[in-house]
Amino acid sequence: MKVGVLSVQGAFAEMAAHWRAQGAETFEIRQLSDLDRGMDLLALPGGESTVQGKLLKDLGLFDPLKAKIDGGLPVYATCAGLILLAEKIDDPGRRDDTRPEKWFGALPVAVRRNAYGRQLGSFTMRGDFDGKHDFPMTFIRAPAITDVLSPDVEVLSTFDGAPTAVRWRNITGFTWHPELNAMA
Amino acid sequence: MADRQELNRNLAQMLKGGVIMDVTTPEQAKIAEQAGACAVMALERIPADIRAAGGVSRMSDPAMIKGIQAAVSIPVMAKCRIGHIAEARILEAIEIDYIDESEVLSPADDVRHIDKNKFNVPFVCGARDLGEALRRIGEGATMIRTKGEPGTGDVVQAVRHMRKMQSEIRRVVSLREDELYEAAKELAAPLDLVKYVHENGKLPVVNFAAGGVATPADAALMMELGAEGVFVGSGIFKSGDPAKRASAIVQAVTNWQDSKLLAKLSENLGPAMVGINADEIETIMEERGK
Repeated sequence: MKVGVLSVQGAFAEMAAHWRAQGAETFEIRQLSDLDRGMDLLALPGGESTVQGKLLKDLGLFDPLKAKIDGGLPVYATCAGLILLAEKIDDPGRRDDTRPEKWFGALPVAVRRNAYGRQLGSFTMRGDFDGKHDFPMTFIRAPAITDVLSPDVEVLSTFDGAPTAVRWRNITGFTWHPELNAMA
Repeated sequence: MADRQELNRNLAQMLKGGVIMDVTTPEQAKIAEQAGACAVMALERIPADIRAAGGVSRMSDPAMIKGIQAAVSIPVMAKCRIGHIAEARILEAIEIDYIDESEVLSPADDVRHIDKNKFNVPFVCGARDLGEALRRIGEGATMIRTKGEPGTGDVVQAVRHMRKMQSEIRRVVSLREDELYEAAKELAAPLDLVKYVHENGKLPVVNFAAGGVATPADAALMMELGAEGVFVGSGIFKSGDPAKRASAIVQAVTNWQDSKLLAKLSENLGPAMVGINADEIETIMEERGK
């Protein structure tokens, strides 16, 4: 399997290592010409969504990637990546080009950025994930999924009753970082 | 505490491939966020002005830092003086995302650094070579940056520090296992961290460049030399068109290998900060705290 890892900013090296450990071939997506290589899966790593979103637009990557995601390309997204995919960003504060209502808007959930507060609110826990027990989960200035906007969204893990990982059609999204711990 | 250390290293991993910008007002913080900064450093005076003003330079007013925290959604960092445990506690109390125990401010302790393992909040520290980096990591720093010579706009020191650190890392990797004890002694660094470098060929924490980065080309140079991201201090808001320059530096860090793009990014940025040559100044900040 060939995985394209969005590598404009953030923990893209960790995301690539995560997929290589599972036997996949990976390549970095830093500019438009990288998309010519073709991929079986798009991985969107953690980082700052404001930065990644802006760079996607500046580099002309946004529209072609959106077309691929809407066209059914499998996507695996963590943290900032989940924010880029959400249909609604349920975020207090100002709106502008780096803090829009949504980016790709491809996954029918609402997310709130930095939902657990600043870095002192970052935490780890162990819990059930997709039928596996005692799974390690790392939340770094994590977003929360505040609403699920389609009955077809499958919830894979929860914290305090709210979903922390979901699957919907071609998309799997996490508020935590499977690439920092064990394989998911 | 081990968990906290890991979480704090993880936050630095999320900042990689990004640009951390010095800001002095909420307005500048917004400009930085809109230009694509992955974090901002809140301080009352940028290093060039600290240098020009002289006198004792201290932690910024918490009210000013809180104003910046309210203005942006990206992580907010702030500086405390080297060895100033109380300033660090104050910054932790206002829930800063990262503390920079920084040589840019006047040192409060001219021998010891803060025992950062005693804090929940993460610390970034400057280092000019591998030994200094590993000493800071031993004390609990979860992110390292080069020291550069802040406020000069001269990148020469950052280059010197990054090159030295990378070549020392390559040397430690090349050693026989039974030579690591002597290497730890020479580097004046904890043995377990020297072993980590030997086995992994890198620091156990994220390593950024800082000091004198003023242009997209400077940022690309530091990435070429092995930096995982850059701090830009005086270089942005001391230049002619801060928003444009900031955005160009952000793109340069992502695509530092694409010279055609770098050429385009470097066009019409207006005047860069005037700068001072690092060898023409009297206060050598990089010498502070070893």
